[in-house]
Amino acid sequence: MADETILETRGLTKEFRGFMAVSGVDLRVRRGAIHALIGPNGAGKTTVFNLLTGFLQPTAGAILFNGADITRDRPAQTARRGMVRSFQISATFPHLTVLENVRVALQRERGDSFRFWRSDRMLDGLNQRAMQLLEAVDLAPFADTLTVEMPYGRKRALELTTTLALDPELMLLDEPTQGMGHEDVGRAVELIRKVAANRTILMVEHNMSVVADLCHTITVLQHGAILAEGAYAEVSNNPAVLEAYVGTAHD
Amino acid sequence: MARPADRSQRLRWVGFGLLLVAGIVAPFVAYPTFLMKLLCFALFACAFNLLLGFTGLLSFGHAAFFGGAGYVCGYVVKHWGVTPELGVLAGTAVAALLGFAFGALAIRRSGIYFAMITLALAQMVYFLALQLPFTGGEDGLQGVPRGHLFGLIDLSDNLAMYYFVFALFVAGFALILRTIHSPFGQVLKAIRENEPRTLSLGYDVDRYKLLAFVISAGLAGMAGATKTLVFQLASLTDVHWHTSGEVVLMTLLGGLGTAMGPVVGAGIIVTLQNELADKVGSWVSVIMGIIFIVCVLAFRRGIVGEIRALAKRLGIS
Repeated sequence: MADETILETRGLTKEFRGFMAVSGVDLRVRRGAIHALIGPNGAGKTTVFNLLTGFLQPTAGAILFNGADITRDRPAQTARRGMVRSFQISATFPHLTVLENVRVALQRERGDSFRFWRSDRMLDGLNQRAMQLLEAVDLAPFADTLTVEMPYGRKRALELTTTLALDPELMLLDEPTQGMGHEDVGRAVELIRKVAANRTILMVEHNMSVVADLCHTITVLQHGAILAEGAYAEVSNNPAVLEAYVGTAHD
Repeated sequence: MARPADRSQRLRWVGFGLLLVAGIVAPFVAYPTFLMKLLCFALFACAFNLLLGFTGLLSFGHAAFFGGAGYVCGYVVKHWGVTPELGVLAGTAVAALLGFAFGALAIRRSGIYFAMITLALAQMVYFLALQLPFTGGEDGLQGVPRGHLFGLIDLSDNLAMYYFVFALFVAGFALILRTIHSPFGQVLKAIRENEPRTLSLGYDVDRYKLLAFVISAGLAGMAGATKTLVFQLASLTDVHWHTSGEVVLMTLLGGLGTAMGPVVGAGIIVTLQNELADKVGSWVSVIMGIIFIVCVLAFRRGIVGEIRALAKRLGIS
């Protein structure tokens, strides 16, 4: 059973000066699944992400990744363990080229990133791998373009590619289709499905058709606690969930 | 087929070659003392730019490294009688150590808090420079001998001194250039561009920032120690927060995050100070203030930054 679960939280709680942003969340993410975290605005989804990746320290509770307690890990450590996150806002390096964006991710594993006396020409060896990754998302023609000059949808694809470059076991995606046009959403869904083939994905997503289309398991958060959990058909018919969403202006 | 990146790199090397030649013939055209002052401030600004322009950290206390190293160098040369190159080395080493201590404290915070911590620490160094018995207080550390380089070459000759300073500048500048274009520099730029993202890719950003801070402080110290030898004086001016502010101005005016920008900025500021000091007196500060405002309002990329942007628009590089 333990092998089945890649990520688990036990009584995960975060309190901000008396406000319970996350309270007693027991989350269990199955290896190989695409798992969605949904809920109305302010339900604590992003806070959960920040707790999982060490950007915030929980007030109480434990986080286990592959059975190891990572509750007190710093953000860089969780990434090195194989749990890599993306951000709600497009998280690229705007004044680096598209190729350099991906290369920064590939570079870490080489272990020479403190060598200020070596030429960055030595990083050219990573270009081939970076180009492969870019080709997979049709970004190869833009390799030498400054990222800041790219349209929004492409930036999000680049962000996903940068995360993928680390070949994470578990990818945490914070609203991967947010702000995208209809066409880009379809493309992003296909991309996520493709990369999920040999890894686990936990994603926060507002677009219900994306969730219905992609995700095996859905956890609904409300007021920082789990309201419901299950497959889409189950959750979407749950009266408590319907009630939570009434009046929150979702289409 | 040459990629555009290769071509601009070739252009850059041609540019550096020309500058190297210019640096060698310069003392036959202009006053060596003026040139030496210029080179010291240029190196100082380049060291500062490594932090602000390439890592995104605004230190407001770099005078502590510049001036502090000046005192250390002046003291060991004057009182222990060591050779000038060892004096510069001592100043550089102490500045780097000081940078380690300051950096370790300051990088715990970011933005304005980071700047304020560096300023507060630098003010402590200023206070020490004013109070400690060996610094000469208000008078500064005077009469520092230039000595003999490696015990052989008499540096009281201005031309010999100039080439010593020029060699130090080239070495310091080359180290910065290499750092910028190294695997380490690549991570620094990533931190500048998006720190949380760099963190989430598994980099311990604090350790990268700290190393950048130490390199920057060390080289700022090298510049300050060299200046002490040139003017045979370590003074309170060099540890004053004015100097910390001036280096910000030089860097912004010349072009933040460009290799040559700080050199150009330092050149302009030092030249103006030299030309105007005996003509307009303390109005120099007002003129500097106006230049700063115009720079920030009208050409935010700085001189080199604007030229580069223009060249890019015209499709030259």
